[in-house]
Amino acid sequence: MMGETPDLSHLSSLDYESIYEPAEDTFLFMDALLKDFESIKRLRPLVCLEVGCGSGAISAYLVKMLGPGAIYFCTDINDKATIATVKTGALNRVDLNPIQTDLVSALVPRLEGLVDVLLFNPPYVITPDEEVGGRGIEASWAGGARGRRVMDRFFPYVSELLSPCGIFYLVVIKENDADDIANCLSKFKLHMEVVLSRRSGQERLSILKFSRPYANKQA
Amino acid sequence: MKLLTHNMLSSSFIKGVTKGFPLGISATEIKLQEVNFNADFICRMLPKLDWTALCAAANSVGHLGDLPTEIPPDFEANEDFLKKAHHVLQEVEIQEGELVCPETSRKFPIKNGIPNMLLNEDEV
Repeated sequence: MMGETPDLSHLSSLDYESIYEPAEDTFLFMDALLKDFESIKRLRPLVCLEVGCGSGAISAYLVKMLGPGAIYFCTDINDKATIATVKTGALNRVDLNPIQTDLVSALVPRLEGLVDVLLFNPPYVITPDEEVGGRGIEASWAGGARGRRVMDRFFPYVSELLSPCGIFYLVVIKENDADDIANCLSKFKLHMEVVLSRRSGQERLSILKFSRPYANKQA
Repeated sequence: MKLLTHNMLSSSFIKGVTKGFPLGISATEIKLQEVNFNADFICRMLPKLDWTALCAAANSVGHLGDLPTEIPPDFEANEDFLKKAHHVLQEVEIQEGELVCPETSRKFPIKNGIPNMLLNEDEV
């Protein structure tokens, strides 16, 4: 049923020692996708891609929302995450296709110009730079200086991956500096909107969306 | 890993690799999965595929069947063809096997249906 959080009962606290446990950022992301349901649906998405899928919760939510008329790829650098994503797909009866890779490196150039819905809940936490680059659970949060090291590495791929009307959704916290991110992506002719914001404990979270401003969004 | 996924993977991230596509493929365990046929999805997806690479991959894992090696010009109206394409693209799941870079022969394992496209720390 649309709008329902995916069943994650197959994952235990033991699993969450090695993969990211869905939290307020995950649920805010789902709320943002639900809020944008009509405009996403109008795209008639063919190819969806989630970078850093973790447990697979977001992708499973997206499939439940949009239905099976698209192919859903997910990537993660952490092998425990890709395995969990397979199981999340199976339990929720949704077809997820996880690939273990660094960001999207195994999917370029083949997916260039094809991605209609591109999702990234990045490691956005400010940490020492030395903590960035791991392949275990720390890869789910370690963002280095300004929490931007990993997402900054991903931004050059966004406009290459997106289809003409494609949309990129990104989770950030205030410290990541959304205005600066908007400026970075505007160099690739992508326009930013804030879909939702929420305060959760110490974090001031936002879901940002990027698309081409001239794109005719009526599919 | 679906053959549709294989069609989107390359090893061009390896230093010195020019194209890295298509990856060689071998399978030691294959699972046939039933996936609902959606003609609209197949029709829209076909022009995005490298059909030659798909047929070669399907053949490598013994599941080419009687899939035509060229997309028929009237494919949108050809439900028989669309269903065959759907089967090969979506229903043949490689559970265990290997992908191989066509330029360096570097092997990438497929385990539990997931291709591991990471390089080792010393290869990066």
